[in-house]
Amino acid sequence: MATSVIKRAYFQVNDTVVITKRNLFRYIRLPQLVVFSSIQPIMFLVLFNFVFGGAIGASSGVPGGKYINFLLPGILAQTMMFGGLQTGIGLAEDMGKGIIDRFRSLPMSRGAVMAGRTFSDLIRNVTVAGIMLTVGTILGFRFQNGFINAVGMVLILLFFAFSISWIAAFMGLSVGDAETAQIAGFLMIFPLTFASAAFVPIATMPGWLQVFARNQPVTHVVLAARELAIGIPSGGAIWKSIVWTIGILAVFIPLAIHRYRSSAK
Amino acid sequence: MSKYAFETKNVKKYYNGDKVKALDGVTLKAEHGKVLALLGPNGAGKTTIVRMLSTLLAPTSGTVKVMGMDVVAEAHDVREIIGLAGQYAAVDEFLTGRENIQMSGRLYHLPKAEVKKRTETILARLNLTEAADRQVKTYSGGMRRRLDLGASLVGNPKILFLDEPTTGLDPRTRQELWHIIQDLVDEGTTVLLTTQYMDEADELADHIAVIDRGKLIAEGTSDELKTHLGGDVVEFALDKESDVKEALKAVAKLSKQKPTVDEDGLTITVPVKNGSKGLLNVVEELNKVKISPASLSLHRPSLDDVFLALTGKKAVSAVKPEEKKKGRK
Repeated sequence: MATSVIKRAYFQVNDTVVITKRNLFRYIRLPQLVVFSSIQPIMFLVLFNFVFGGAIGASSGVPGGKYINFLLPGILAQTMMFGGLQTGIGLAEDMGKGIIDRFRSLPMSRGAVMAGRTFSDLIRNVTVAGIMLTVGTILGFRFQNGFINAVGMVLILLFFAFSISWIAAFMGLSVGDAETAQIAGFLMIFPLTFASAAFVPIATMPGWLQVFARNQPVTHVVLAARELAIGIPSGGAIWKSIVWTIGILAVFIPLAIHRYRSSAK
Repeated sequence: MSKYAFETKNVKKYYNGDKVKALDGVTLKAEHGKVLALLGPNGAGKTTIVRMLSTLLAPTSGTVKVMGMDVVAEAHDVREIIGLAGQYAAVDEFLTGRENIQMSGRLYHLPKAEVKKRTETILARLNLTEAADRQVKTYSGGMRRRLDLGASLVGNPKILFLDEPTTGLDPRTRQELWHIIQDLVDEGTTVLLTTQYMDEADELADHIAVIDRGKLIAEGTSDELKTHLGGDVVEFALDKESDVKEALKAVAKLSKQKPTVDEDGLTITVPVKNGSKGLLNVVEELNKVKISPASLSLHRPSLDDVFLALTGKKAVSAVKPEEKKKGRK
């Protein structure tokens, strides 16, 4: 019994590694995909910084009115969430090509296809974070709260994006079509990121929107990231965002696995 | 060992309650080491049966067993011994041919050295060694199908499910795949093959099951099915379409089964009981109405004729050039 548990755990790891590698190959073999998918967030970062910086900088509550310090944690959260969406798009694409059918006919471990997909998108998000932080630094962003907290910020964002990956996995397998998966993902992420503390202080929003904005996960994650990056107290956002992330994973990992196993209609 | 390599018992698959009956009670048995062909038009339910046998789809009712194991309750064990190559070449475009087969091998949980060894053997066997280091996106349709088959072979499956393996391929590439499949069977693999092509079933299958609209409508060896149609077939072609109606009327009384007109609108097929007498009868009847055929022949019924008689639909007998697709992109 004990050996079979070890064996199964080994297979789970083996299968997940095989699928993760397979997904990453796509980015290695298609470097232009990486280049172009990095341009969009960089463009956002530059545009937001120079367009909104003047108007919001002073009211952002950031020491010295440096909007870039306020913006970067927020835009990094949004970019990584979009990175998480790739999971759903990739799975829907594989489904359309019959690759999911092939995997399902193999004696693979449960969940390895999705775990491999979410891990490869996590790894890709690490790259994206590196690029964004580099460009941010060029634009004047500086961590204000020490190295450990800086690492903590990146980790909390990666962890949250990882949970978004699992929501996307569930959605992608449900719609079964890459384009629909992408649109569905955008519809989820745009309201969540714009009606949050990511780009502007919540206090500037109308009252009804403030209620939503203050209580949704992206705000907690962004406030947590900001506390870790530049030391603005968030009133417990770090713990709240960790709880949200674990909660999303607890709900969507089983849902996605269930959907995968019954993906044949 | 189980009595049959795989079997289905009165298996049904309904959608939307019972509004759509993809399968409506199909019972099939496949002997070890033989080729069973599922023959039927598009939408007959062939793929549904393959998906059930390969554990991708659970039946609404009835049982499906592979090597005596239930495909729902013992799905994982079934997956250890089967290989599936689908209608669409399910290979990864960004990986090389070699990487695709190796990935499949790793997912069968074979040791690395064994995966490497088997991959090279399979590549050689499928004539893909030269292209092995190229990304699959550069492969032709035929190469993708071979690679897809290769990926399903790396686990040394006892049973191979091939869902329309040659649909859309050119004749030469089809022949190549037939040889490969035949070799596998000679080595003891049991094969289930779905096809719309008569010649494919005729060439490869030991046993043929004809299905239409979710039901099994006939089964047997190729010869049995042909004999079942009874006797022979007289086929004649006319010069003018205006004669077709009259000719049909004239020969209708000669056989129990209705004569049929080919797609070209000019060729008429008449099943007859006894060959040469039947031929003479046809000539006589046509003479009476003063129609002289442009061509006339007597032959043993082909599977095409059997299929036509059973389903009322013409089977796909040749690949038309415009159908040569490179699989699904």
